[in-house]
Amino acid sequence: MEKKVHSANPSSEKIVLWSEEQKIETCFDRAEKMKPCPIGEEGACCKVCHMGPCRLVGKNAEEEARGVCGAQLSTVAARNFLRMIAAGTSAHSDHARGMAYTLLAVANGETHEFKITDVRKLYRVAGYLNIEFEGRPVNDVARDIATKLIEDFGRQMGGEINYATRAPKKTLERWRKWGIVPRSIDREVVEAMHRTNIGVDHDPDHLLLQGLRTALADGWGGCMISTDITDILFGTPTPIKAEASFGIFKEDEVNLVVHGHEPLMAEIMVDVINEPEIVAYAKSKGAKGVNLGGMCCTANEVLMRHGIPTAGGFTNQELGIMTGLIDALTVDVQCIMPAIAELSKKFHTKIITTSEKAKMQGAMHIQFDEHRAREIAREIVKLAIDNFPNRTTKGSHITEKFPVIGGFSHEYIEYMQGGRWRGSFRPLNDAIMAGRIRGVVGLAGCDNPRVPSTGLHTFLATELIRNDVLIVSTGCGSAACGTSGYLTPEMALENAGPGLREVCEAIGIPPILHLGACVDNSRILTIASAMAAEGGLSDEIGGMPAVGIAPEWMSEKAIAIGCYFAASGVPVIFGGNSPVGASQEVTRIMTDVWFERFKGAFHFEPDPEKMLDLALKYIDTAREALKLKKYEPGKFATEKVLMDMAARRELEKSAKPHLGF
Amino acid sequence: MSKLIASAAIRGAQTLVARADEMLQKAIAEKGKDFVFEFPDTAFYLPMVYAMTGFQVKTLGDMNVALGFAKELLHDEPEEHIWRPYLGEALDSGMATLFAEEVLLAVRYVNGLEPCKDQETGYVYNGFITDTIQRNLGIQLVDGTMPGFAAIIGAAPTDEIAVTICRELQEKNILTFLSGQSNGDSVTKQLLRKGVELGWDTRIVPLGPDTEHTLYALDWAIRASLIFGGKKPGNFKEHLMYQKDRVFAFAIALGPLDDIKWSTGAGAINMGFPALCDTDVPVIHPTGVCTYEEVDKEFDHAKIVQKAIEMRGLKITVEKPPIPVAYGPAFEGERIRKEDTFIEFGGQRTAAFEWVRMREMEEIEDNKVIIVGDNWQEKYEKGGQLPLGILIECAGRKMQKDFESVIERKIHHNINEAQGVWHMGQRDINWIRISNNAKKEGFTLEHLGILQATMTHHRFRSIVDKVQVTLFIDEKDVKEKLEEARAAYRERDQRLGTMTDEAVDIFYSCLLCQSFAPAHVCVITPERLGLCGAYNWLDGKAAYEIDPTGGNQPVPKGELLDAKYGRYTGVDDYLKKASGGAVETLNLYTIMENPMTSCGCFECILAIIPEANGVMIVNRGFTGMTPMGMKFSTLAGTVGGGAQTPGFMGVGVNFITSKKFLFGDGGIKRIVWMPKALKERVGDDFKQRAAEAGAPDLLDKIADETICEDSEKLLEHLTAAGHPALEMDPIIQ
Repeated sequence: MEKKVHSANPSSEKIVLWSEEQKIETCFDRAEKMKPCPIGEEGACCKVCHMGPCRLVGKNAEEEARGVCGAQLSTVAARNFLRMIAAGTSAHSDHARGMAYTLLAVANGETHEFKITDVRKLYRVAGYLNIEFEGRPVNDVARDIATKLIEDFGRQMGGEINYATRAPKKTLERWRKWGIVPRSIDREVVEAMHRTNIGVDHDPDHLLLQGLRTALADGWGGCMISTDITDILFGTPTPIKAEASFGIFKEDEVNLVVHGHEPLMAEIMVDVINEPEIVAYAKSKGAKGVNLGGMCCTANEVLMRHGIPTAGGFTNQELGIMTGLIDALTVDVQCIMPAIAELSKKFHTKIITTSEKAKMQGAMHIQFDEHRAREIAREIVKLAIDNFPNRTTKGSHITEKFPVIGGFSHEYIEYMQGGRWRGSFRPLNDAIMAGRIRGVVGLAGCDNPRVPSTGLHTFLATELIRNDVLIVSTGCGSAACGTSGYLTPEMALENAGPGLREVCEAIGIPPILHLGACVDNSRILTIASAMAAEGGLSDEIGGMPAVGIAPEWMSEKAIAIGCYFAASGVPVIFGGNSPVGASQEVTRIMTDVWFERFKGAFHFEPDPEKMLDLALKYIDTAREALKLKKYEPGKFATEKVLMDMAARRELEKSAKPHLGF
Repeated sequence: MSKLIASAAIRGAQTLVARADEMLQKAIAEKGKDFVFEFPDTAFYLPMVYAMTGFQVKTLGDMNVALGFAKELLHDEPEEHIWRPYLGEALDSGMATLFAEEVLLAVRYVNGLEPCKDQETGYVYNGFITDTIQRNLGIQLVDGTMPGFAAIIGAAPTDEIAVTICRELQEKNILTFLSGQSNGDSVTKQLLRKGVELGWDTRIVPLGPDTEHTLYALDWAIRASLIFGGKKPGNFKEHLMYQKDRVFAFAIALGPLDDIKWSTGAGAINMGFPALCDTDVPVIHPTGVCTYEEVDKEFDHAKIVQKAIEMRGLKITVEKPPIPVAYGPAFEGERIRKEDTFIEFGGQRTAAFEWVRMREMEEIEDNKVIIVGDNWQEKYEKGGQLPLGILIECAGRKMQKDFESVIERKIHHNINEAQGVWHMGQRDINWIRISNNAKKEGFTLEHLGILQATMTHHRFRSIVDKVQVTLFIDEKDVKEKLEEARAAYRERDQRLGTMTDEAVDIFYSCLLCQSFAPAHVCVITPERLGLCGAYNWLDGKAAYEIDPTGGNQPVPKGELLDAKYGRYTGVDDYLKKASGGAVETLNLYTIMENPMTSCGCFECILAIIPEANGVMIVNRGFTGMTPMGMKFSTLAGTVGGGAQTPGFMGVGVNFITSKKFLFGDGGIKRIVWMPKALKERVGDDFKQRAAEAGAPDLLDKIADETICEDSEKLLEHLTAAGHPALEMDPIIQ
């Protein structure tokens, strides 16, 4: 029998094998034992009322199967899907709300634990929101920004979320035409939940349109608000060197890991661990100091801004504990496996929940409060230090790690293409037009124990860059690439196609740009908008040679993200079996109908080879529609338009995008 | 790979900023921070710092601030492995380099070290390029005769190769700047050794011996967007976009490159100017910062010029007549000394004339050159002096009698552009020399005719279908034909005198400058020529016939709305469209309300002096102070860029003596001050015009720089002289 691979990452796999020896159960074992419910998996199970749960299965289920209330399969699948979008949206957006409240508290002087770090970004955001900033006190501007963005959560009487206008005009027009511009974030989630109640909305297309509206509230609302405010409070990322994988844990230092999604406490931790009293305290317990590491998206937040190393993504959380080196692990919200509390009992690791929203049996709870952030952080760090002497030799003690270059914000990506004076998206658009870069793929989403974990990410990453596709990655996509050593500039020299390599060499970048946490997928939206504004490609997000891929997704947040990309005009391809696969009608709406309306689509495709083919097909078709040079590897000589005097006089009038107008 | 270039640029910037800082602190210690400095004849302070940041450097202390901007742009070198991105950082370093070089060269000026003088040869480099030179070149920048700019840095492998490269650039009409050295040699020295004539007249301008001197060329380029583009100081994005899209400059680096060359190159890349090297350097091909490749290499010196031109996206069409010497505007400024002269014609030494006459199609034979004179070959071979009558006869379906003078004025350029052949004057006061060298190359009398036929066809392609050239070399023939020609000149002048704004229905626009000043439109009328002085109404008319979609378009006058101020419905309608909405309405005959806009290449500036109730005129080239308290270069800054500025206006010299000159404001009598040289230039025409206006001694009453350079003394003079402007209605209503 072929040996089963649990994780495609060699370090992870070593720990999984060690855990098997030790008879310690992990998500990989549970995934094997617990097969997905085949009815629920494809969206055919309805449990929105207690006449059911109804199973809409059997031959010709699409035509014949009905729930007790008479609901058809397409209604049920669409309703389930809409609920996933609503759940995902609520997660990012609730996180964003916290960020907005923090900004308001800072502006009002209610907390001195945080400050406005990036005034330039503050002004930039003020500009997006038409808030006057010249000559005004920074805190006044910040207060206006926070107040205006907080309105986006609960606006009651119609209207549109503030950032809708940051989308290209044509994209916004499509949204308006189909009535999917979000009014406010909470309202779209509430309406989604209302519509999916028993006996309300039954038309699958109508349900899914609300899905897109809710998802847009996530992308252009919650996520974008979170990214912007996090940048304002903690600084807009610029490239930074860090490390990834389990080798980041140090044998002779206290290892404290921040896991989850929110950056607030982790940001304070970065400071606190270097305080002399803390270092002295650590030394008093026999450690050389305190080593802060991250996991999941909290890791991405602090890696992007401070170079704090990451132990990896979702499926590494149990494995990290099994190194035996983590003295304390704090968790906030999202993607925290409850398994870790139980698992930690087998080691010396302390699990500490910190969010008022998220508690776990078997874990300590030390609630984070942004007004007393430093005090709480110190308490947790001390707790970790106190636990250091309890460390035993038990554990896998894996020491491999890889260097990572992260920190690619929208702002830096603009800067890196021309510096402070000439920064723009012109070189990227030019490179795509010339065929040096075939297209762009957003490689994002979770990692998943149901497949050789992180393996689909790494397969797609290597294949895509070999095909001259530039990758922007976020969340656990970045973690998967980082823990495999892919986020380095050398990766371009060794593995990228000839055109992409030339671009990476010219700028000095890795072929995979780490954009941040999953909430920072918003950066991809604004980058795509900037590319549209720069000219020469599509004048809207739709039609760009760009695709979003989440090959190992598992969270409802990923579904919300996929939908806001689709609604914005980016075709997305998700791995695994389709959660709407039972209904051909719903599948058709999410692919053909959405593509016609929004130039985006939502595919589910478990086979990574087929994912790759589909992505390249979308890219090549978009190139053809834009009348760009046909992609041929290694052939990208720009056809030169030589200018005589008459042509120069016409510059202004003819506004040739490739000449920079 | 490009990391090597980025590392070198980052290091170079660090070196130069430190060097500039050291020199500056020393200068401040010696002279104090309030020591005032300006580059010679510029209104733009340190032009690069000014355009990029809006900061005006006026003193050594200000240079400290400017250098502070440079320091903010410094970065660390990328690491050997797992490096962070470096392109943006390298370009920042490039800009830091330009700032540092500007400060460094300014301090060298303060210390009396610029312009540099070559120790061995005594050759004095150009140094900083003045605003005046920039504006003098204005029309050439836009009419296609100077389509691009090359900066050659370093030295060619041999003197011969240096000459070949520069000759090719000359033939392609490119203006070439020289700077820097490699292995102790430089193209400047190489050309000097080969006796090549250097300077603005031959379009090869050595700026200085070091790489840093390349900045003078970039300082020159950046002033194009300030002067012609009307871009605001500090609006760096627009300045740099203008440079990339409209200033077709590029660098050719000969010989090995060092950190300073790379960092200066990175500065130039910020402006969209690429570099082509003749050594094995890393290349940067991806586009977007430059229009095409940023850095490339070409080892074959025979191909290097063409490749550089294409790399910059420049299209050059050169018409070369079939003659045995090089040809192009770059050779126009060449001088031929007496001892180098093989043969000469005219110049008050022998009888001579040049005359263009319209004929019917069947009367002439196309491209035929007839030389009338016994044993003309023998006479020519003897050299010395000969009489010469040049008769060019043109026929064509669109040919008009009015175009004779337009075609005739090009004879000067047709001849002068040939290397080793020289021309000056016009009509019956012309003077032509053919050099010994040209003779040696095989230039004959016949070639003088051939080049006229070829170039007349080329320049007036859709007007002229047939050209026949006859050269007379016997004194008898010349004198006989001369009488005929003089009759034609007289007839032409009379016709010109009757050509008034009222007498025609159509004016012409001139949009040539829109390649540099996108919002500016000249309206050319029979009584108001273009502000550059190069295009009159007939030129406009001819140009439109030649190329109906070209830079000169007909402007139907429409209805006359205001005879005094010269406002026409047709002109307004046209302007709104052609200026892209920037200008709504125009009064042709006043400076006070909606006056004509300016591109930047005006020959003169008019500016009102309210206390004198009149206007002053200052011509380009006059670098002294004016009673306005501003020099030409400073004033020019307030006039150019396509904006209407009441009270200020750019005009051509010949407009001063037009009947429509400030007609709405009281005309020629408003002039209270003008430089002496300008007075002399307009002399007789002015006196005639003044007499017609009832003030025959006006010219003597007008003040000049020998009388006053401030407004108080001006008023004293005007009162004492009884200048009529003081008695006129107030100029400001």
